[in-house]
Amino acid sequence: MRLLVNKIFLALSIFSAMIGLAFLGWILITLFIKGLSSFHFSLFLNDLVNGGLRNLIIGQLILTSLASVIGIPLGMAAGIYIQEYGQGKYAEIIRDLSDIMMSAPSIVIGAFVYAVIVIPTGGTSGFAGAIALAIMMIPVVINTTDSMLSLVPRELREAGIALGASKYRVILDIVIKAAKVGIMTGILLAFARIIGETAPLLFTSETSNYFSLDLTESFPSLTVSIYDLANEPEESSRDLAWAASFILTSMVLLINIAGRFITRNKK
Amino acid sequence: MEKIFQKLSLSSASLVFIILIGIFITLLNSSKLAISEYGFDFLTNADWNKEVPINGMEKDIPTTMKMTDDATSNGDIVDEDDEMIMDEDEVSATKTVFGGLVPIVGTLLTTLIAIVFSLPIAMGIAVFLAEIAPKNISNVVGMAIELLAAIPSIIFGMWGLYYFAPIVADLVGGYQVSLLTAGLVLGVMILPFMAAITRDSMNTTPAVLKESAYALGATKFEVIKDVIFPYSKVGIIGSIILALGRALGETMAVAFLIGSIFVLPSAINDPTISIPVAMANNFGEASGLGESALFYLALILFVISFGVISLAKFYFLKKAN
Repeated sequence: MRLLVNKIFLALSIFSAMIGLAFLGWILITLFIKGLSSFHFSLFLNDLVNGGLRNLIIGQLILTSLASVIGIPLGMAAGIYIQEYGQGKYAEIIRDLSDIMMSAPSIVIGAFVYAVIVIPTGGTSGFAGAIALAIMMIPVVINTTDSMLSLVPRELREAGIALGASKYRVILDIVIKAAKVGIMTGILLAFARIIGETAPLLFTSETSNYFSLDLTESFPSLTVSIYDLANEPEESSRDLAWAASFILTSMVLLINIAGRFITRNKK
Repeated sequence: MEKIFQKLSLSSASLVFIILIGIFITLLNSSKLAISEYGFDFLTNADWNKEVPINGMEKDIPTTMKMTDDATSNGDIVDEDDEMIMDEDEVSATKTVFGGLVPIVGTLLTTLIAIVFSLPIAMGIAVFLAEIAPKNISNVVGMAIELLAAIPSIIFGMWGLYYFAPIVADLVGGYQVSLLTAGLVLGVMILPFMAAITRDSMNTTPAVLKESAYALGATKFEVIKDVIFPYSKVGIIGSIILALGRALGETMAVAFLIGSIFVLPSAINDPTISIPVAMANNFGEASGLGESALFYLALILFVISFGVISLAKFYFLKKAN
């Protein structure tokens, strides 16, 4: 009887793992079939207004890169503070709040940026979208920096100090160097995470059918346009949405796999 | 130089504090109009963007996905209009009200469905990864599950709408866009997240405890039930609540599937709306009282998810470590 219960339980557990994998397979195969059947290299050459995706892909990359340029230094500096400078309660509170911020609903962050940037500046803009994404990114970078720096042995820091280096030199030249791979992987994963975000962009950058580098106007966004296209009745719009989703997911998964590969090699 | 660097890192850290406080104050400030107009009645009023008579007969306007500009124009202007109209024709004297009950209920119910659906599967996966599978299989499957967690939510929404929902609707009946299909797709979406963090909690069980139980002749099931589960219970509950917090605020996966109408569902396969979806669909067009009501909803969502996540992180997960 005990052995039977055990067998049933193990079977159920294996079965649920298979369900999980089946969903992953189902989604990826759907994406692959639908995406590839509407995929064409001319998508990279034309803008959305001419039935292509060029402006959207470039726009999304610019928004995400700009968010990274804002978010990575701030997040890393904050992570350094928590791990290297902060003593006692304040650093602890910031760490906790950053954890909470990491799980805050992304649409609420969109609403916040809408209220503090879009309304005062009179309209949606690429800057507003990038700032919304940066707010999403900061806590992730803090978390990575914090945990990677905590892995650096104390002896390294002490050796640096003993050589007469000032604290910030020790941090920049020794501690950060030692934790470099881990931090870079974390940043890569943070990038992959925000490049697929839609909700914070809906009413901050919106999207645009045209190619644009003007960050003070509505800015082309791949994810927001997927949402618009997928809800349109024409088959051709939906096919374009599938092709865009395929490209987006490929980017996200490739960055993820690359990130994992780097860490594995290091180990 | 040392001083500057330290100041820079301190102010970056403080930025987290400032942003969170900033979000709260901004949401509170932007929802002032709606809060002073409705107060807590907002939470129990199921009418959204509905014209109700100041006196005279009730006049329904059909609930549509998008709000029209004139219906949501500034509250003060509406009042003036009303007075002017009242002088001429008393019957059509109306004001537009916004109540948050439907999206609040929609948010809670989709989250509930998602958790009920994904909890058993996630537990099974976690047990499989932590205890059953050989190490190399566990690594591969674990990575696949983590990749599932990395897929952008909008992809889940599209897949759900065009491939998953039709099958569910065939099986259960009712609409393809409904509370049920939205909840299930949301469940699929939080599944890998929940499984991964539950596995991490289970992995904290010391090997010595497990080995002692095996040495006493316990089966794998008994070890999991009587050793691992009691040991990592607090962490597992924390993981579930964290997944719940994530489900509450999810926008895109739900937006495709919930139907986006401000009507209380009378059955599980009825369409309705959730807070994030109400915001996603109506923010651009809203102004005045309507916009303020949306900010009020955002404030409610922010407070709920802040509470839920804090509970998970600081009560359960801290205790677990």
